[in-house]
Amino acid sequence: MLLALIWLPLVSFVMFRPALGAAGRYVLLPAAPAVIVMYVMALRRWRESRVALFGITLVSLWLLIAVTVPFLPLADPNKPLVPLLPPGTIRNGMLFLLGSDMRGRDMLSRTLWGCQRVLVWGITATSVAYVVGAGCGLLGGYLGGWWDEIVSFIGNVFLSFPVMVLFILVLNVLGQSGFNIIIAVTCSSAPIIMRIVRGLALDARSRDYIQAAQTRGEHPLWIMLVELLPNVRGPLIVDACLRLGYTTVAITTLTFLGLGLQPPDPDWGLMIKEAAPAALLWKYSYMLIVPALAVSSLILGFNFTADGLREMSQRD
Amino acid sequence: MGTLFIRRLIQMLLIMLVVSAMLFAIFDSDQFRKKVAVAELGGFGLATLSDDDYHAWLEKRGLNQPFPVRYVAWLDQIVHGDFGQSIEKDVAVSTLLEESLSNTAVLAFFVFLIMVPVSLTLGVLAGMKEGSSLDRVISFVAVFTTSIPQIATAALLTVILALGLKWVPTKSAMDDGWSFRALVLPLLTLLIYDIGYLVRMTRAAMTEVMASQYIRTALLKGLPYHRVILRHALRNALIVPVTLIFLELNGVLSQVVVVEVFFQYRGFGRMLFDAANFGDIQVLQAGTLVAVCVAVASQLLSDVAYVVVNPRVRFVR
Repeated sequence: MLLALIWLPLVSFVMFRPALGAAGRYVLLPAAPAVIVMYVMALRRWRESRVALFGITLVSLWLLIAVTVPFLPLADPNKPLVPLLPPGTIRNGMLFLLGSDMRGRDMLSRTLWGCQRVLVWGITATSVAYVVGAGCGLLGGYLGGWWDEIVSFIGNVFLSFPVMVLFILVLNVLGQSGFNIIIAVTCSSAPIIMRIVRGLALDARSRDYIQAAQTRGEHPLWIMLVELLPNVRGPLIVDACLRLGYTTVAITTLTFLGLGLQPPDPDWGLMIKEAAPAALLWKYSYMLIVPALAVSSLILGFNFTADGLREMSQRD
Repeated sequence: MGTLFIRRLIQMLLIMLVVSAMLFAIFDSDQFRKKVAVAELGGFGLATLSDDDYHAWLEKRGLNQPFPVRYVAWLDQIVHGDFGQSIEKDVAVSTLLEESLSNTAVLAFFVFLIMVPVSLTLGVLAGMKEGSSLDRVISFVAVFTTSIPQIATAALLTVILALGLKWVPTKSAMDDGWSFRALVLPLLTLLIYDIGYLVRMTRAAMTEVMASQYIRTALLKGLPYHRVILRHALRNALIVPVTLIFLELNGVLSQVVVVEVFFQYRGFGRMLFDAANFGDIQVLQAGTLVAVCVAVASQLLSDVAYVVVNPRVRFVR
């Protein structure tokens, strides 16, 4: 529920901004309290694991930035001002806390805006991959037989591609756009999710509660979605956190390669790409450091959350 | 063991067949054939290609035959090492592949040479005593290094080692001859992630073994600690890591794309990236096929290694 409150406004803001016009940013209003509520709830529930708390703090921080950045008093991230200012200079009555890049755009503003696209496409792509992967895994694991053979084989075919090679192939064949990134991420992640869900479903199939449902004469679809899926959610949530991290890496990397989301909107991968040829001197190295640290901190957040959750599930 | 191996082999061949058919079908579509036609007929773009010219070209190249016939002919070519001509660079794709793969092989060789001993040692040390301070330090660092994406590592390493300390060159294009110094940055970037990953896996396997009954028995009956570790624990703890080392080959093939593009190293990933950016579809097709081939072969190797190092599987089957 809360996730939907954060995610829907963000998606509509990032994907359909031109259609929304100037008033578009008010779509984000309900998301900010939702992030805070989610964070407080996580704080309460995960009090025992410091690692998970550290992780969720980083993630929530970036989420909060993503939903509030249009309201912050920042320079326009795409507007050229004064090029190549070192961090912390004041020029024309404006403070460039993180300096400006070689086209004169404010680095701080670009870094903060940059998290929006990554988070939106990352979360969307991971969710789609989960729906496809979990669906196939349930089919294979619960129904078994031919279903299992077919689904597993298709999964194995996709798994035999090195991930980046698969991404390049998919984006080259289908064209470069956000929606095709979702397809590419699904192709590479869904088989792995499928394997996990299939294993869990195989394990749960012989449990009493499933057999009770079968005896009641429930529809297989009902059993899979209502009885099986909620009972195997523990390991899946841990995996989802890790996978969000992987997807973020993938999206940033693709933008860096120039294969994913297109400029000029700010994006961490794009910032590294643009800075790489320019930052050949020590004094310009901040252009590389800032986006690199930003993307690392977000992924660190996802990974630590996953680690903490796993630790807690093992302790119980 | 024999039947298991043969079953896996058949499955892998099947996968290769499906993947090659998929690749062939994708690049056989009109969208891509027209690009090749334009390149070969010397036109100025898709708009200048008339339908008549296109069909005449199809006729001349024998592309009007039914799909299965062409597919088999294509497979036959590939088995004989003929991957066609690169549109962009006007050389045989096989020469390009050979050059770039050998460059990447050099990189991968050093990665494995350093990664295997370092990460197995660190993983075992960390897993030996779960919760010890050594374990906590190693685990934390490993989580940390696996969390930093490789573009970020590449950027930060460039800043520190090349711009700040000026120890190594920033780019690894190696225009004037091969040098190891230029290889350091891509190598380190790959290593930092891969070592972290393998350390985590080794540590997990080791802690599991150390918690088992037979290790406790060995310790309680008074065997010296180092002997328990070396003789009893290691054999079982290294089963999973050894198979993962082979699977890492798949991972490295994927990681080299970023690293080689960032450092401009002339390897396989760079070739694939260039091909994708310039629409050089023959290279893209051949490169993908080779990558899948290597990945599938590494999976097979990993299966074999699993059987070889795991007596339980070896004797039961």
